Parts: sequence; C-alpha cells; structure tokens
Amino acid sequence: MTSSTGNKRVKGEVQIWLSGMGLAIGCLMVGALLALILWRGLHVFWPQEVLHFKIAEGEQTVEVFGQVKDRGASGVRDENDEFIPQISLFTGHREVFGISYRTVREPLVLESRVAQGVMVADRVSGGAGMFLPSHLVPAEGDEIKADDPAFVDELRKLVRQGNRLRRQIRQIERIEIGRVNDRIQAEERHLRAARRAGAENLEEIRAEVERNIESLNEDFARLAAQAGEKRQELELARIHFRLGDGSEHEHAVSNITRFHYPNQLSLGGKLAEFGRGLWAFLSQEPRDSNREGGVFPAIFGTFVMTILLAVMVTPFGVIAAIYLREYAKQGPLVRTVRICVNNLAGVPSIVFGVFGLGFFVYGVGGFIDGGARHPWPSPLWVAAVVGFFAVLTAAVLMGLRLSPAPGKPPAGKLLGAIGGGLWVLAAVLLLGVVAKNPYFGGFFAADLPTPTFGTGGILWASLTLALMTLPVVIVATEESLAAVPRGVREAALACGASKWQTIQRIVLPGAAPGIMTGVILAMARGAGEVAPLMITGVVKMAPSLPIDGEFPFIHAERKFMHLGFHIFDLGFQSPDAEAAKPMVFATTLLLITLVVVMNLSAILIRNHLRRKYAASSF
Amino acid sequence: MTTSQPEATPTPNSAVGHDPAFIEVERFSFWYGAAQALFDISLEFPERRITAFIGPSGCGKSTLLRNLNRMNDLIDGVRHEGDIRLDGTSLYDPAVEVISLRKRVGMVFQKYNPFPKSIYENIVFPLRVAGRGSRSELDETVERSLRGAALWDEVKDKLHESAYSLSGGQQQRLCIARAIANRPQILLMDEPCAALDPVATLKIEELMMELRKEYTIVIVTHNMQQAGRCSDHTAFFYLGRLIEYAPTLQLFESPAKEQTEAYISGRFS
Ligand SMILES: Nc1ncnc2c1ncn2[C@@H]1O[C@H](COP(=O)(O)OP(=O)(O)OP(=O)(O)O)[C@@H](O)[C@H]1O
Ligand SMILES: [Mg+2]
Repeated sequence: MTSSTGNKRVKGEVQIWLSGMGLAIGCLMVGALLALILWRGLHVFWPQEVLHFKIAEGEQTVEVFGQVKDRGASGVRDENDEFIPQISLFTGHREVFGISYRTVREPLVLESRVAQGVMVADRVSGGAGMFLPSHLVPAEGDEIKADDPAFVDELRKLVRQGNRLRRQIRQIERIEIGRVNDRIQAEERHLRAARRAGAENLEEIRAEVERNIESLNEDFARLAAQAGEKRQELELARIHFRLGDGSEHEHAVSNITRFHYPNQLSLGGKLAEFGRGLWAFLSQEPRDSNREGGVFPAIFGTFVMTILLAVMVTPFGVIAAIYLREYAKQGPLVRTVRICVNNLAGVPSIVFGVFGLGFFVYGVGGFIDGGARHPWPSPLWVAAVVGFFAVLTAAVLMGLRLSPAPGKPPAGKLLGAIGGGLWVLAAVLLLGVVAKNPYFGGFFAADLPTPTFGTGGILWASLTLALMTLPVVIVATEESLAAVPRGVREAALACGASKWQTIQRIVLPGAAPGIMTGVILAMARGAGEVAPLMITGVVKMAPSLPIDGEFPFIHAERKFMHLGFHIFDLGFQSPDAEAAKPMVFATTLLLITLVVVMNLSAILIRNHLRRKYAASSF
Repeated sequence: MTTSQPEATPTPNSAVGHDPAFIEVERFSFWYGAAQALFDISLEFPERRITAFIGPSGCGKSTLLRNLNRMNDLIDGVRHEGDIRLDGTSLYDPAVEVISLRKRVGMVFQKYNPFPKSIYENIVFPLRVAGRGSRSELDETVERSLRGAALWDEVKDKLHESAYSLSGGQQQRLCIARAIANRPQILLMDEPCAALDPVATLKIEELMMELRKEYTIVIVTHNMQQAGRCSDHTAFFYLGRLIEYAPTLQLFESPAKEQTEAYISGRFS
C-alpha cells in the first residue's frame, strides 16, 4: 500500500521534472534571445577603443585605425585544412576605403596598439571617421593646430554651427520649398480641373494660373538660392586629418555631426557618449541609405500604425463579438461564423497583405481618388437609388410591424426572414449606389494618374492589419463576455434594464479587462508584422511623417517607415551588410522595446479597469 | 379588481401609494426542456401580504418565483402552460412589456449578486435605467433603501466604494436595498436570509413587516420559524406540485395533508 503510493509519487515526479524542464528550456531560450539582443543592441552605442593596426597584405604592410567588432567568431581553412581565425575590423571612412569593414586573418595582424589621440567622428557622408586630427581651417582667421588647447572647443563650436545650418537647410528645402511645390501643383490641378469641366473662361484661368506659377517659381528660386548659400557656408570651415597610414585628408568640418576621443574617455565620459549616441539614434532621421543616423521616422511610423490599428480593430471586434455572443441565436450558422473567424487567425499574414492591396489600396483607394472605374449608366443608377429607398422603407415598416407592438401577436418566422432579407437587399443596393455612382468623379481626380489614396499608405496598412488581428479581439471579447456571471446579468434585468442597457452598463464594463487583453494581443501581433506592410504602404525612406504640423495634420494616405521593415531592409537589402549589422541589432532592440512599452501601458490600463470593476470572476 | 379574495384578512390598511396588486396563478405548468419542473399549480396571492413558499430543495419554489417576473424567459428551451395574472392582466399577454413588468416586480435572488460597481451605483441602477433621477432624488433613494435594508449605518461612510468590499451578508442586504429602490409593487425574495446572521435576519424580517404595508411580498425560505413568524400565507411544494396552501397559522398548527405535517415537523424522508 505505502510502497505503491510511493511508486506513484515517483512516477508523477518524473513528469513534473519533465514539464519543469520544458518550461526552463523555454525560458532559457527567450531569456538568451533577449539578452543577446539587449547586449548587441546596446553595445552599438558604447564608445569603443580604437587601435592602430599593422596588417600584412601580400608583400606590403597596411596601417589602419580600427575597432575590433568580432574576434574569432569566423574563420577560414587554409590548404592544410587548418583553421585560421578571422577578426572583423571596423575602419570607417567609406570615402577612402570603399567599405567600412574589413575581415582580416588573425596571423596577418602584425601589430595592434592603442592609438593615442584618435578621434572618432559621426559624419554625414562616408560613414564614421577614425583619424588623427591635424588642424582646423576656420572660415576666417588662422588655422588651429590639433595640439592647441583651444582646438577642441573651436571644433565643437564649428560642429554645432554646422548642425544648425543643416537644420536650417532642411527647413528650407523640405518644408518651405515643399509648400511652394504644393501650391504650384494646386495651381496646375486647378487648370486641369477647369479644362476637364470645359470652363468657358479657360483662357483667363490659364493666364491667371501661369501668372501665379510664375510668382511661385520666383519664390522657389529665391528659397533655392537661400539654401544654396547656406550649403556653401557649410563648406567653408575645413578640418585636416591623418589616417592610420599617415596619409593626409581633409573635408568640411560640417561633415562631422558629433565627435569624441574614445581612447581618452573616462567612464563618465563614455557613459555620456553612450547616451548621446543612443539619443541620436532615437531622435534623428536615417542618412546615407539608412546605414547612419537614427530611426526616428520608423519609430514614429510603427507607433502611429499600431495606434491606428488598435483604434480600428477594437470597435469592430467588440461589436462583432457582442452580436455573436449576446444577440445571435446560437445555432449552426453562428457556430460556422465562429469557426471561420478562428480560422482567419491562422491565415498567413501575406495573404492579408495581398487582400489589403487589392481591396483597400486599389479598390477603395482608387474609388476615393477617381470615382467608380466602371460606373453604372445613369438610368440604372437612378433606378438603384429609388430601389434602395423603397427597400429601406419597406424594411423599416416591416421592422416596426415585427417588433411585438402592444396588443398584436408577434410575427411569424417567414415574415422575420423576409424582414431580414429586405435589410440585406437594402445594404447591397446602398453599396452599389455608392460604388457605382456615375456622378462621383473622385476627390483627387485632378491629380490622376498620380494616385493619392490609390497607393499604399499608413491608413491602408493599418486597416489591413486590423483585419488580420480582428479574430484575436473577437475571440477575447467573446470569452470575456461569457465570463460575466449570469447572476449580475439577471440582477440587471430584474431591475428593469433592457437587454442593451444590461450589456452597456453591466456586461461591457465587466468584460472590459478581457477586451483590453484582446486588444493588447492584437497590438502585439500587429506591431511586429512586416510582410503585409511591404505591399500596403511601408517604404525604405519616407520623405515625411504621417502626422506633422502641415494641414490637415494627420496624413493617412502617406507612406511610412516601420521598424520591422527597417530591420529587413538594413540587414538583408543593404550593400554593406556588415556595417548595417549593429544597426540591425539596435533596431531590433528598439522594436521589442516599443512593443513591450505599448503592451505595458495597455496592461496598466487593463489593471486600472480591473480594479475599477473588480468583478469576482476575472 | 373583481376577483374575490381568498379570505378576509385583518387589514392594517392605511397603506397608500400603489394600486392594489394581486397575483393569480392558474393551472400553471413549467418545463426546462423536456424536464417538467412545475405541475398544474393554482394559487392566488392577496395584495399587501407576505406569502411564503416552503418545501424541500429542488421542489420548484425558485422556478415559480422566477416566473412571476418572467425571469425564466431568459433560459433556452423553457415552456409553460396555464397562466399567471397580475392585477387581472396575463403576464404572457403580448401587450405586456417585460421591462415595465420587471419594474413593478422587484426581485432578490437566492445568490446575492451585486453589480461590480460602487454601493451607491448599485442602488441607483434601477433609477438610472429608468432614465430617472435628479441628484437629490438619487441621494434620497440611496438613503431610504439602505435604511430599509438595515444597511445604512454600516455603509453610510463608504457609499462610493466597491460593493465587493462588503461582506456576504452585507451584499445580500445591498441587493434587497437595490430591489426596493424603485418602489416596486411586488417584491420577490428567494431565500433572502440564507447568508445572514440572526441579527441581520431579524432586521430583514422587520423590514418585511414594514414593507408589507405597501408591497405584496413573496418569499422563499427554508426556515420554518421565519415562515411562521412573518408570513400571512404559506404554500408547501413537493416535487413540483403544490401540496397545500393556507394561512400560515392554520398550515403550521393543523396541516391538512400528511406530507405537510411531516415536512414542518422535520420528519421528512
Ligand atoms: N436552469 C435550469 N435548467 C434546467 N433545470 C432547472 C433549471 N433550474 C432549475 N431546474 C430544475 O428544476 C427543478 C426545480 O428547481 P428550483 O430551482 O425551482 O428548486 P428550488 O425549490 O428553488 O430548490 P432550492 O430550495 O434548492 O433552491 C430542479 O429539479 C432543477 O433541477
Ligand atoms: Mg431555489
């Protein structure tokens, strides 16, 4: 007896150990992944020592400054099948070396020592720089030698000046010239629209438009000249420096955006430099085909897209779930719908992308731009409008009759079916009337063939993702609705509440935390998705943000950047993949952080709701 | 009201307010799916009286009670025969709106079920869904109902805290307060004192005696003393059938049926 229970316990123990092991392995894998990304992602910004290398290359020796990024991780086998480890060396100066990384067999490194006085500079073009500064040539005044105590301060001042100038140029070229361009386009559109409408005073209009464009072109030229002047100003101050092999080079000081002396930094200095690098990464725009600079537009795009997605998916999902759970008669039809919804969650995301492209972008977007592609002939359309109103009236009257009016017996099943059918017919007719309207020429017809909404954009991308994550919200909402105890529903009804009042005042608040959970899951899934975005509006480099200070502030039709796509683009589409690797890790870390932060805030909201409606059953 | 009353009761009938409410159950049978829960029940409830339902567990007391405000409509696959009339109108008359019926017939459930809201919001809920309530009316209702349910002194300082912060017995009294907030004509109480201590039970009984002046009360109880103490009429059910229905004193002192006697004297098999 005792031995048998003992045996049983031992048997059970094994299973506990097994399941414990499974959990531990799972945790370990997730933990290791996160640790790797955290380490590699943050390491990017840590100022690293610069060494002076002497490398044998054939008969010659090459001397370079470089940072070791990877030692012994890779290697090659020589003729004797012996393993020769390689180091990956970051040298910067793409303008000199062509690439910023080189891979060197370790035995060929003849000498490496800490290079005194080397400056590491973050530069606008040519990638990072690593050099020994020799002297500055300011726009006016005498040159300053690098060993002059005033050198660093002067350089810092000039760099700051350059940054300011570049911001001003950007302001002029992007915003002010952009505004002038918009107005020129508007004038041209005006002329095209007038021509299309067959205006009688076309000549007058043309003359006026030409006049306006003339003056706008003058504005344009003036602004362009301003920008050109500033650009020239950028080139004035020069910095001269030597590379590892002692060769002399020089370029404009303004090419440098930030600099530090990594080999002379204290821990505090390193931390400060780390913070500056991280901040630049978070707040700046990418430069130099995304290899340099920051990822701010991608962060912003991801954020806006995820918020839009949540805003769109929540009402649809919740309404659908309320109908399915609370109103629909539970039967084979509803069960089928439920199964379909659940299966939707398993459809590959690219399929949603293709659907989004076909339906939202080309279909709805094309309609908004230019109206119906194949409109119905006017008589048919008018007939449809009349038909729609007739059916609508019939359906409403039917509905009034169907609701058990005082003193009348409730309607039969057949009548109910006819009433439902009328509503469906009315909806179909309405759809036809809107989509096949021959009198609607689109809101952006004058721009055609350049599409406005008829091309990928953040609105369509979010809608596509909303569609993709709809099942998550529906399932979560249905479950949390079902979890609201029967007792409180009955209590509400017994107090004289109608069904809708019960749902609205008792059931929904009780289910809110569960609904939030669904939305959180949907956001988490949507934020990390890349494939459907690639065909519905994500681009490698978006000229402007989806929300900015330009009227109407929210530009739902604009293309946008996304961290997930950025990772793909940097890591796998970039010509200098090795150089992009650190950025890939940093961006991955950022994407994960963004998703975690958004989820955390949603969880906080949920917990707040939970406390507020502390129902016993959740 | 043309129907004759079953008996002449001594009336402390200075009560004011409502029209007289009067419930008649006529040959009423009820099915949950295929299972019949009530068999051919006929009885009448006089107005402004307390009627008690007694009987062993599962005999259909709650089922009949829940039919009086059509709460059982919500369950799938139920069916009934016979009729229940309130004040002369059938509950099942298509002209009767369930919502306004439920406003006239308040209910306290067997399992206390406050809303996940504050104490205050729990009590004003019936007024809110009726679209009524100036601030002062709501405040006045809360105090009156809570005093009525003998809960005011315990919660008057934390009206805006969650109802779930109350003890079980307090939650039950909160449900009673909620049921009387909108002044229904009829109050259905399904074992209202099951979760209460003797003191609170006594308070509820006092409350019922008080409410009796204005309301018609139907109460389900497993407590014979309670039925004896505070009801005017008692109905004894057994296996879905009404065995005996008589003035309480009569039913307890000289039951007509053997089963009744066995049940009330605790000799029930
Ligand atoms: N929702 C339901 N679905 C199916 N059967 C039910 C349902 N509710 C009650 N019944 C059945 O109807 C019968 C009467 O139940 P009812 O709840 O009326 O008993 P009761 O007299 O209130 O018992 P108790 O004193 O335990 O509360 C029981 O046999 C029960 O199994
Ligand atoms: Mg019961």
